[in-house]
Formats: sequence, C-alpha cells, structure tokens
Amino acid sequence: MSHGSIIKVPFGPQHPALKEPENFLFEVDGEIVVDVKPRLGYNHRGIEKAFELRTYIQNIYLAERICGICSDAHTTCYTQAIEELLNVELPPRARYIRVIIAELERIHSHALWVGIAAHEIGFDTLFMYVWRDRETVLDLFEMISGNRIHYAMNTIGGVRRDIHAAMVPKIIKGLDFLEERLKYYLRIVQTEQTILKRTVGVGILKPKDAVNLCAVGPTLRASGIKNDVRSDDPYAAYDEIPFNVITHSGCDILSRTLVRCEEMLESIKIIRYALDSMPEGIIRVQVPKKVPQGEVVSRVEAPRGELIHYAKSNGTTKPERYKVRSPTLANIPALCKMLLGGYVADIPIVLAGIDPCFACMDRMAFVDIKQNKKWVWTMQQLRRKYAKE
Amino acid sequence: MALIKEALKQLFQKPATLKYPYEKLTVPKDFRGRPIWDMKKCIGCGLCSNVCPSGAIEMIGKGLEAEINHYVDRCMFCGQCAEICPENAIRMSEEYELADFDRSKMLHEYKKDS
Repeated sequence: MSHGSIIKVPFGPQHPALKEPENFLFEVDGEIVVDVKPRLGYNHRGIEKAFELRTYIQNIYLAERICGICSDAHTTCYTQAIEELLNVELPPRARYIRVIIAELERIHSHALWVGIAAHEIGFDTLFMYVWRDRETVLDLFEMISGNRIHYAMNTIGGVRRDIHAAMVPKIIKGLDFLEERLKYYLRIVQTEQTILKRTVGVGILKPKDAVNLCAVGPTLRASGIKNDVRSDDPYAAYDEIPFNVITHSGCDILSRTLVRCEEMLESIKIIRYALDSMPEGIIRVQVPKKVPQGEVVSRVEAPRGELIHYAKSNGTTKPERYKVRSPTLANIPALCKMLLGGYVADIPIVLAGIDPCFACMDRMAFVDIKQNKKWVWTMQQLRRKYAKE
Repeated sequence: MALIKEALKQLFQKPATLKYPYEKLTVPKDFRGRPIWDMKKCIGCGLCSNVCPSGAIEMIGKGLEAEINHYVDRCMFCGQCAEICPENAIRMSEEYELADFDRSKMLHEYKKDS
C-alpha cells in the first residue's frame, strides 16, 4: 500500500523519547515507518579515557556516574571486575547488601520506566502516581546510603555502609507499602483500556529476531526468552537466593510493561529474603592499591539488561584500558527492528519501550577549557546566548 | 477508567510535594552533604586531596601547617575523603543547599588557627 513517495523524518536529537539526546532518521511512507537509521554519540563523554587517568578507588565514583539511574549496577560491575583481578573474596554480608541495593535500584528504575511509558502514551495520571510512590525507594536509599541516586555503597572489597538492625523495620515497612501499590499498578496495566489500546501488538519483536539481534534484559524476556545474568551467571549472593525469572511471550510493549511490573514484585521478594537471611560479620576487606597485571570481563544484570565491563590492568594503580558495554547499546538493533512497519505515532512509546539510557550508552560530559584562559559566564550571559536560539 | 477512583480520592488529600523553600525535608542521620574539616585534628597527610576523584580538595603546604581548600562546585559528595581520613577530621555535614551564581563563593578555606 505505497503512497509513492518516501519522506525522511529526523527524530531527535532533542528528547526523542526520554529526556536525553539521540538522533533517529526515519523513512516514512505515509504513516508507516519503512526504515530507521540511528545516529549515536550525542552524549559521548570520553569516560573510558577518563578511567585510564584515575586510580582504582577514584574510578568507583566515575563508574557510578556513567548513569544516574543504574549507578549501582555500574559500580557492582566495576568492583566485581577489579576484585577478580585482585583475587579478593567478598565477605558474605557484603554480598547480601549488594543484592539488596541492586534490587532496590531495580524497583526504582522500573518504576521510573512505567511512569515514562505512561507519559509517552499520554497517560500522565499514572505517570504522576507511579513517580510519587517511587519516592519511597529513594527515601530508603537516602536512609541506607546517605544519598538518593548516587549511593556510593560499593567499594573494592565490599560495601561502604552496613544495613543496621534499626533500618530493617523501616525497609520492610517501605516494601509493604510498595508491594500494595505495585500490585495495584499491575492491575491497572492489565485492565486499563488507555494502556491496552496503545501497547497491545505495538513494537513487535519476535523471539527469533530478539536472539539474532542480541537484545538483552526485559526487552528479551518480553519476547519469551528466559535470560537473566542473575540466574545464568550468579554474582553477589544471587546463587543463594531463590527467585523467578519473569518472562512474557507477547513480544509487544504490553509484555515489556508486564515484565517490568512483575520484576518489581519479584525484587521485593528478593529483598525480603535477603534481609532475613543476611549473615552477620564484616562488610569489607582491605585491598592493595596496586592491581596485578591481567584482563577481566565482568557481567551484571542491570535494570535495563546485561551490562558488561572489561578491564585491563598493567600492574600500576591505574587501569590500562577500560570498556563499558551498556544494555541500551545492545538493544538498539532490536529497537530498529521493532520500529519497522509501525506507525509514526507509536515511535515514542516503542523507543521508550527498551528503557533507553542514552547517557549510559554514549558516556559524555562536556568540559570547555580554553588554553590557560579561565572564564565564567554569568547567568545573564547564558540567558542572552540561549534565550534567542 | 480504573484510575478515576484514585484520582478523586487524591482531591481530598494533602499534596505529596512540599512548598520548598518555605518547607524543607529533614535529611537522615548519615546524609552525605558538604564535607567539613576539623583543622584541630588534621595532620596534613594529604590523603584526602590525593584520593578525591573530582579534584575538589587542594592542600597548601605540608604536614601540620597544611591548609585545605575545598571547592564545593567540584565536589560530588561521595564521602571518600571522610572515609580515608586516618584522624577522622572530615565529617559529612547535613548541608545541601550549596548552589550559588558566583563560583568564588563556593570555595571553603580551612586554616590551622581557626
């Protein structure tokens, strides 16, 4: 049903779906998308180079700042890699604390995503309520780690702060509240026509395509494929904690939403179990500053999927090479497949459907240094420059 | 339509947000705010300025006479300085309203006699 002419529509780089820059060039035939060309790199920050210039301890905080939402996944992956190079065994209590933090992070990341997905389909009521209840997790984080987003809990050889006995009832109380609310939202997602009409059969990714295009995380699990680093290659204390890998076989946006909603409920169960069976003892061991020569690859199941870090050390206090493969980058080919044959109006929700984190993927921070010349712009100058444009 | 009940119920409840800056949230006990140096305890070992990932800590001089310059605009409040300090001279305070239009006001100087 061709209309004869194909029109190119650029989408982004300003806020294509989430509030992050990335450019997609769509070729549309009437209302139907026939081709997609992603253009990445608007967020490139040179973080991998920065890794090589800092010591291993400083790099923990740099790894944390690759992404604001999955900051714990990145530090877990980083510290895990370095611990393997150092051949350090983690204390059992530290492993459980890592699990608790990782699962709390999964709840807050998925809740954020449900809100954003609701916003993309124009359902702002749900967006507001989900984000209001997400604050519960952030308050728990503030209590445990001293900060809402950048927890700085992981360190090489353990965790920096303990979860005291006095905190446990508060965490349980927060989880009880969240469980009730999340079950309510799951019911809403399953029954509300506003959501069903926009998500059922949209952004189809067949299981075969998902495997061939190397999709990861909830995107892959929503195509019915059971794949989760937590159960396939357990790290931290996941080998001692029973949990289900959630899959759905709808292959569409609704399945991706359901996978994430049910994963949040599963995370609550994991945290409850971990709090109950957390062993007593020390939370960190001392590690040397210098890391022996070697190469290592470390994998973690971030909220968005499988996260891979690679480190190469040369026996000094700084890594020689560091590489991060974030889950969003792995999902981009699958995303392009999902968009083909869909409607232009569905582009935002399909884009948001993989839970893209472009900052994660491109790794950038903008620094403006003129040779030996320091200058600071005042607020008025900034306004004058950018208000016109 | 499933959310209508929830939305109507919300009409009669207090808003979830606070009227900042008139109302402020209290921060928890172990909050990581602006680090504060206790110069009576400082021995000038320089560990904090060496370990700082963002280069926010500058040490002037050496040993017991050393002075500390802390640039809040560069600080990212990770708390590594407070953790590594052998004398526990650094404390993460509960100050969090640290933004300013003027960068020079964001420098905190710690001198030995104060």
